Amino acid sequence: MIKVNITSKSFASVPVLSRVSFEIAKGETVALVGPSGIGKSTLLRILAGLDMEFEGTISRPDNQAFVFQEPTLLPWRSTLDNLRIVHPKLTSDHALEMLDRVGLSGKETLFPGQLSLGQQRRLSLARAFAGAPELLIMDEPFVSLDPETAKSMLAMTRKLITETRPATLFVTHETIEADRLADRVLRLESGPGGATLRT
Amino acid sequence: MRIQDTRLTPVFSILGLLTLWVVAAFLTDDAQVLPQPWGLFAPLQQEVASGELFRHLGATLLRVIWAFALAMGIGVTLGLAMGRSERLNAWLDPWLVIFLNLPALVLIVLCYLWIGLTEAAAIIAVTLNKIPNVAVVVREGARACDPALDALSQVYRMPWRTRMRHVLFPQLAPYIAAAARSGVAVIWKIVLVVEFLGRSSGVGFQIHLYFQLFDVAMVLVYALSFICVMLLVEWVILQPVERHVSKWRRA
Repeated sequence: MIKVNITSKSFASVPVLSRVSFEIAKGETVALVGPSGIGKSTLLRILAGLDMEFEGTISRPDNQAFVFQEPTLLPWRSTLDNLRIVHPKLTSDHALEMLDRVGLSGKETLFPGQLSLGQQRRLSLARAFAGAPELLIMDEPFVSLDPETAKSMLAMTRKLITETRPATLFVTHETIEADRLADRVLRLESGPGGATLRT
Repeated sequence: MRIQDTRLTPVFSILGLLTLWVVAAFLTDDAQVLPQPWGLFAPLQQEVASGELFRHLGATLLRVIWAFALAMGIGVTLGLAMGRSERLNAWLDPWLVIFLNLPALVLIVLCYLWIGLTEAAAIIAVTLNKIPNVAVVVREGARACDPALDALSQVYRMPWRTRMRHVLFPQLAPYIAAAARSGVAVIWKIVLVVEFLGRSSGVGFQIHLYFQLFDVAMVLVYALSFICVMLLVEWVILQPVERHVSKWRRA
């Protein structure tokens, strides 16, 4: 169970978040929506433990995965190494199987720079699921992909989530993504002391 | 558009320099001031036969290796720490500026005065001269590291050694390579000054000796021999290492 209870978050004197609390159960997928710049990414960073300067409490498991807006790969390591460096306990066979599942079979020796953006995003997805995370955070994982690639990525993500059953929170601006992936939607709305949550 | 083959350009460039030397020696017309390139063969042969050349080259090379390893080790650590911590940088930046502007000669003389005319003093003097340059270059590298990759290693809880090896050092590699290449060149020149002033072996000591004898040919034999050693280091060690770590850029 993921428990988020943020009472306040600000950058210098600018309030960003206020009174944001919600829970996500194991296997539940929650979409986070709201206008640009309202604090969605900030909320994800707090949940992931990347931003500790806030008031409130977060309860989350250690085994988490993050799919960033950009693929965020290690460009100097091969596709296979990008999985195995992040998950050192992953066997070569399991890593190759994971690459196969996201359609990157035969690309294991290539560097990320030799892959297309769609392939890089799939590698980022494989990296996230390879560790069987209990908490999965995704920040607009399908942004700037062509409609066809985005559609196949969406289907792939849905399948992996169904199999792995992590507690998932993802940011999206697309209704279709929220409809297809999420069990429920959280909406961030601006308020006088920072953004608040409307369920 | 025709692509020009530039592989032979360095050879022609060196030949041009040699021609310039030949012309200058011809115009000078005094082998004691500037001998012809072929005029160095006899003194070179003499130094090789006596074993003196290799003994002194070896002594200088050993000092260069020690000073290089120490300066790179301390400089990279310092630069990395200063680039990652604003507070540490605020404390140490003034020191860096002072040491960067302290003339090499002053540090050498002070080390000899405080420590004595010893091997340790010589190596410490060279190391202290080079550390600030390495630290400044690596600090810039540490500041330019991608914060997204930091976030990646944090989210996936990568162990410290994995972070260093796979995330941080590959980003710093071009800066470390630049510091290493300029470092080798500067270090051996400072080593020569150190030997000139206070050692009884090495290329710098021999140059000092032949300077007093006004033997330009021998000065050139020792200087050029060591330049050859450093070119060998550049071609056999530094360039292949650089090619290996930047392999992914050319893929």
